[in-house]
Amino acid sequence: MSLLATNYLTPTGREEAWRFTPLKRLRGLHDGLAIVGDRTSLISSHALPAGVTFTREELPPLASSDDVIIERIRALSSSVSHLCIASDTEVADAIVLSRSAGALNSAEFSRVRISLGAHAVATVIIENTGDTVLAEDLEISLAPGSSLKFITLQEFESQSVYTARHHAVIDKDAEFKSITVTVGGDVVRILPTVEFIAPGGSVELLGVYFATAGQFFEHRMHVDHAVPNAKSRVNFKGALAGRDAHTVWIGDVLIRAVAEGTDTYELNRNLLLSDGARADSVPNLEIETGEIVGAGHASTTGRFDDEQLFYLMSRGIALEDARRLVVRGFFNEIVTEIGMESVQERLMNRIDGELEKAGA
Amino acid sequence: MSTLEIRNLQVSVNTENGAVEILKGVDLTIKSGETHAIMGPNGSGKSTLAYSIAGHPKYTIVGGSVTLDGADVLDMTVDERARAGLFLAMQYPVEVPGVSVSNFLRTAATALRGEAPKLRTWVAEVKDAMEALNMDPAFASRNVNEGFSGGEKKRHEIMQLELLRPKIAILDETDSGLDVDALRIVSEGVNRAKESNNLGVLLITHYTRILKYIKPDFVHVFANGHIVEEGGPDLADKLEANGYADYVSK
Repeated sequence: MSLLATNYLTPTGREEAWRFTPLKRLRGLHDGLAIVGDRTSLISSHALPAGVTFTREELPPLASSDDVIIERIRALSSSVSHLCIASDTEVADAIVLSRSAGALNSAEFSRVRISLGAHAVATVIIENTGDTVLAEDLEISLAPGSSLKFITLQEFESQSVYTARHHAVIDKDAEFKSITVTVGGDVVRILPTVEFIAPGGSVELLGVYFATAGQFFEHRMHVDHAVPNAKSRVNFKGALAGRDAHTVWIGDVLIRAVAEGTDTYELNRNLLLSDGARADSVPNLEIETGEIVGAGHASTTGRFDDEQLFYLMSRGIALEDARRLVVRGFFNEIVTEIGMESVQERLMNRIDGELEKAGA
Repeated sequence: MSTLEIRNLQVSVNTENGAVEILKGVDLTIKSGETHAIMGPNGSGKSTLAYSIAGHPKYTIVGGSVTLDGADVLDMTVDERARAGLFLAMQYPVEVPGVSVSNFLRTAATALRGEAPKLRTWVAEVKDAMEALNMDPAFASRNVNEGFSGGEKKRHEIMQLELLRPKIAILDETDSGLDVDALRIVSEGVNRAKESNNLGVLLITHYTRILKYIKPDFVHVFANGHIVEEGGPDLADKLEANGYADYVSK
């Protein structure tokens, strides 16, 4: 164990990228005060199919970063947990990576790489549980024609702090679909970012989050259309219940001058289930060329729809059951995209539990 | 045998300009097996009557009473009214995104019957109800009322009426927006529910055409927040010929 030696510009909270984040609750991840725990918690507990390897390797970063925590992670660790799916490999079942052995008295600085070779097809799911302090630099490399469905489940215990960048680099005609689920932890801050490096790529960033009393969950996308003819969709849905539940959704989409033929749409919907909760939602579309297929965004924040509750109750359904149905329905659109019944049911039960706990 | 008794019901709604009285003393008694048609011009308060009985929060009861077999309906929550045996087929059924028709129906049936219906018999029950109303089986997996055509929404309401087996049903302009074929199919559903459950029906409508399919025992003319004339089925013929002009000016 050692103190962080590096000393980058420590955020003060006045920076645009940090203005919502409660820095004091980051347990020293951002200012170098966290004790570096010597652990690598991400494991594969199932046998890996042919063409798939999961190893520790020395790898340079895939892409640069302007995030101070990512810089600290890189300074601390030259080795990466690398999940590699060989070219032309089609993996039918989801590859499950999960975390164990967390701790709150020291922090883990994790580097993870997921690489798909040309025309590889796979589903990868990362299950984050337990109580931990974790900063993660997760990079995804999709070779031409590959296709990845990438699911991350933040089901942390209540004291956890997780800050991460999930950065995908999309080569020609590759498809990337991510589903980011955040339902547990004290502070969770995820930067799902996408960089197209050749035309024809297609990206779908989906997410759900449910924050209850005191929890802070931030999802800050950045989609960089730096090449022509790429497509991106963003759809995040959140619910909040309880005093000082706070969520932040930032959707930065940049269409550069060269990115003709871009097709993009981003959407964020929030459901405020009680007083005293706060949802920040900031779509941000920057367009440098008019030669595009489409670009749009929408953001809504609302409460329970009385008409929906009335309709359900008029069929004999009690208020708390009606609310549960409406909340499940709200999340259903995205949760069903996971495509794994057992995971979906577990998440829906967790959401029921959060709702009950919040007494909303 | 059930009886819904409405006595001197007065209802107001809050607007920007304060409370506005919509129902000005409605008296009506509906018994099992009886069909009452309430007819009246737009804006006369017919839908307010329907929604007030069902317990919509928008309406404030100012006076009077509503009882079902002696129990105070106005004192019940919305879901309690349904469990007591009341059903409202809505003119504008509400979309519930992400909740499938089959999940919704099973949740409602569980609430109304006090226990979850046995899966095998329930599936058959729903299938039969859908077939009887000429509905595509794929309908069950769609989200409640989401993207439904006007006709599909009304069929879905009547399917619930058949499956949930209330004692007294209020049909709020179930005929609006239906073509002739859909009107016949939906009316047959109402008639089946009447026969199999000895259902009492309060049929709210603007037009007489649905009365060709669902025969009323009593016709009430509604204008300006209360009932202005009552009679048998022949009163509907009179309205068909003369319209509501005589009543609106009163």
